[in-house]
Amino acid sequence: MNTTELLDIQDLVVGFATDRGVAAVLDHVNLTIRQGEVMGLVGESGCGKTTLARAILGVLPQPAAKIGGGRVLFQGEDLLTVDPVSVNRLVRGRKITFIPQDPYGAFNPLFRVGTQIMELMKWNSPRVTAQELETSTRVPALLQRYPRDRYRADKAAVIDILNSVQIPEPEKAMEKLPHEFSGGQRQRLMIAMAFLPQPDLIIADEPTTALDVTIQAQILRLLRDMVSRQNISVLFTTHDMGTAHEICDHITVMYAGQEMETAPTTRFFAQPAHPYTVRLLESLPNRDREIREIGGEIPVLTEVPSGCRFHPRCSVASDVCRRDRPDEVLVADGHAVRCHHPVEPGAAS
Amino acid sequence: MKATVFILQRLYHDRSAFIGLVLITLLFLTAILAPLLSTFPDAVWDFNPKDRLLPPGTQYLFGTDRMGADVYSRVLFGARITIVTAVIAVGVSLLIGVPIGLVAGYYQSWVSELLMRVSDIFLAVPQVVLAIAIAQTLGPSLNNVILALSLTYWPWFTRLVYAETRSLKNEVFIESAIALGAKPWRVIVFHILPNVSSPIIVRTSIGMGFTILTAAALGFLGLGAPAPAPEWGRMISESREFLPEAWWYAAAPGFAIFLVVMGFNLLGDGLRDILDPRIRRASREHN
Amino acid sequence: MPTVVGLITIVFLISHIIPADPVALIAGETATPEQVEELRTQLGYDKPLLVQLGRYFVDLLQGNFGTSLFTTRPIIDDLSSRLPATIELTFMAMLLSIVVGIPFGVLSALYRNALFDHVLRIITVSGLAIASFWLGIMLQLLFAMRLGWTPLQGRFDGFPPEGITGFLLADALASGDFDAFGTAFSHLVLPTLTLAFPALATVVRFTRAGVLDVLQSNFVLYERAMGLPASLIVWKYILRNAMVSTVTQIGLLFGILLAGAVVVETVFDWPGIGNYAFNSIAFSDYNAIMGFTVWAGVIFILVNLIVDIVHAMIDPREIRG
Repeated sequence: MNTTELLDIQDLVVGFATDRGVAAVLDHVNLTIRQGEVMGLVGESGCGKTTLARAILGVLPQPAAKIGGGRVLFQGEDLLTVDPVSVNRLVRGRKITFIPQDPYGAFNPLFRVGTQIMELMKWNSPRVTAQELETSTRVPALLQRYPRDRYRADKAAVIDILNSVQIPEPEKAMEKLPHEFSGGQRQRLMIAMAFLPQPDLIIADEPTTALDVTIQAQILRLLRDMVSRQNISVLFTTHDMGTAHEICDHITVMYAGQEMETAPTTRFFAQPAHPYTVRLLESLPNRDREIREIGGEIPVLTEVPSGCRFHPRCSVASDVCRRDRPDEVLVADGHAVRCHHPVEPGAAS
Repeated sequence: MKATVFILQRLYHDRSAFIGLVLITLLFLTAILAPLLSTFPDAVWDFNPKDRLLPPGTQYLFGTDRMGADVYSRVLFGARITIVTAVIAVGVSLLIGVPIGLVAGYYQSWVSELLMRVSDIFLAVPQVVLAIAIAQTLGPSLNNVILALSLTYWPWFTRLVYAETRSLKNEVFIESAIALGAKPWRVIVFHILPNVSSPIIVRTSIGMGFTILTAAALGFLGLGAPAPAPEWGRMISESREFLPEAWWYAAAPGFAIFLVVMGFNLLGDGLRDILDPRIRRASREHN
Repeated sequence: MPTVVGLITIVFLISHIIPADPVALIAGETATPEQVEELRTQLGYDKPLLVQLGRYFVDLLQGNFGTSLFTTRPIIDDLSSRLPATIELTFMAMLLSIVVGIPFGVLSALYRNALFDHVLRIITVSGLAIASFWLGIMLQLLFAMRLGWTPLQGRFDGFPPEGITGFLLADALASGDFDAFGTAFSHLVLPTLTLAFPALATVVRFTRAGVLDVLQSNFVLYERAMGLPASLIVWKYILRNAMVSTVTQIGLLFGILLAGAVVVETVFDWPGIGNYAFNSIAFSDYNAIMGFTVWAGVIFILVNLIVDIVHAMIDPREIRG
């Protein structure tokens, strides 16, 4: 497996301005994704995983969101400081693509699906020449033309990929409107659109949450196949541990805006080191075990606990937990935890 | 009472709505205190030929009109006409429209259908057009204008209340009230009506502004209170033949209309923002 | 269609039931009691109400609106000859409102809370608070009387161009008479501005709200995340969505314009049906006013019908959904 770091998020701080003050949504978050790796980002609703995904894509809600610090290094460059126009043109939609949670909403209901896909290809196709890129900085977007020959090649690629995501009769499908497709089909279209630019990283934000359970399985399988064939990295956010287990190589768990633990999938489930992870896994329904609740509630992000944000609900918390946010501690190869009192391997039942 | 204080507090923070409130308060004060504020309280109805069409000055603040009367004082007294017209017209529309809407929305029967069809007809045509017909039929007078406006504005309330009542009827708390044996009129008055009051209040404020404009238009066309009543629309109409020299004659009453309507509109917008934070598309209509 | 029936019924009620003596109204103030009685039998007002209602409908359907007191022509002729002038004015005002209003609404939404937005909001709120007739008079005062930039009133000077459409601008262009075009245009300027002002304000407000709404939607997020240029997202996609919702407002706009037409035509002495209504009021020409009411109502209902059809056509969700 390729071990070059594709995405390295360091110390990212994001705050949202709300009526009741500033919500500290992301608190010095670190995350690393390697080339060809499927990284699962799990956590309960409101833990910040969607915000993290949007921060990477550069589409945080304006004007409420403020980046308070940190770096988002993609292929060595900090996306937060590089010229925004070139980030938009060269990175977004081309090297980093997006599969949203809501497949219907992601389409403009008034335009045909084919028009929207080809619009993406016009700007983000792998066949865009350097010369086109150069002219696009000078000519206003509305006036730019789509070269005929590239159009044909792109369209062929689109039909091709629509076939591989099992959309029936791709030519006809392109002429349809978004509401004429089922939820599962729309998500397949989204997947196709995410792969077409031949990206290095796909950000998939809870892509199966809005789908029926039976369809979920299909979509996951499809995604896994396409990813493994092309050595693409994926950041896959979800609140469902089962999904994470199925598709991810590596899992990072977040709580209240702080990442708690990161580990290869098998180790994550077999030997979790963070108390929160342990409790999370224990709370999953299991035939021969009762669901054990984690006492307490997720903190309101305008009034966060100090230090490690899990400490109010943690059974092994101590004074140092209240004072300082733990640094990263390497427990095993690829397995790091941010805890002052990590669980000993084998101690979790 | 507490609700009113709360609303006033919130209004204070919304700058433009507060300005609206101030303007309207000024309007009411002006109307009530007109005799005290005006410089020629009795001369409003005067015939002063030697002083006709004088430009604004120290004696006549806004100049004089074709009868030699002080325009400033006439505008002030005109505020009374404006308020009376607006309040009564909108008030009567409310009293007619809201009950019809409540009943039509609550009882889903052919009567409801008929009522809504009728109000649809009124809504299908611009209010001015019908108001002209009614006012002309009845004869030019202030009362008839008010009547014409009342008879043409009630459907706006009805449609609003009807839609709200229908959707509220499906709410659990209404169903449980009925299941507990509450009589229909009690459900309507004590459960549905309070919940419909916010959109009604908003529409009332905006309706006042709209009614004032329509009333002024009718006055301009000659259908309102006859001369020498200081009705703003009529004053503007009279001024036309003396333009461009006597510009104050047209400018003053028109500007008064502007301030007043602006006040009601700003207040209405502010109230809408406060009372209905998740702005529902259906009730966000013009007028 | 049933709305039209209802409207006619209501006008009937207004004209026949409300007044103490409808025939006296029709006869006018100068008629003697004998003349009134004669008119009563002649017009059939002595028959039972339902019969009268029936005859009313029949008359209207045949185009018999009665005769005007002050033009002494059949009312329907008066109305139809004046209709093109009103349509031309209303159309130009509508055009102005939409062509200027939509882009400004979009910009206002994009630069929300910036100076531009605030200034525009002040203008639009004012636009809905200014009495149309007053605005018209003020504009006349400034531009026609004091500055002399535009003609004071009327639709044309001298002999209008020959034409079939009755729309002076179109006719002038068709016959290649550019002088006539210029004259017609200069006469259109002030009335159009006056009439359009409240409609423009409404368009800007609605477009702004619509765009703000669309900006929150997921497809905008998606397009941004996938690196599409911002100007493209706004002017090709968001604009389209905003326009579709604006089209539904055209019916409302037309209502504003039609209501305003009555006073604006009066102020500018524009020879349309609004002016006709004003003159009829001045002359207490009762039948003419009723005729105008029915006409205006029917036209308005028709326009709304057309708008509904057009909306169904451009919103693809409607046809296939």
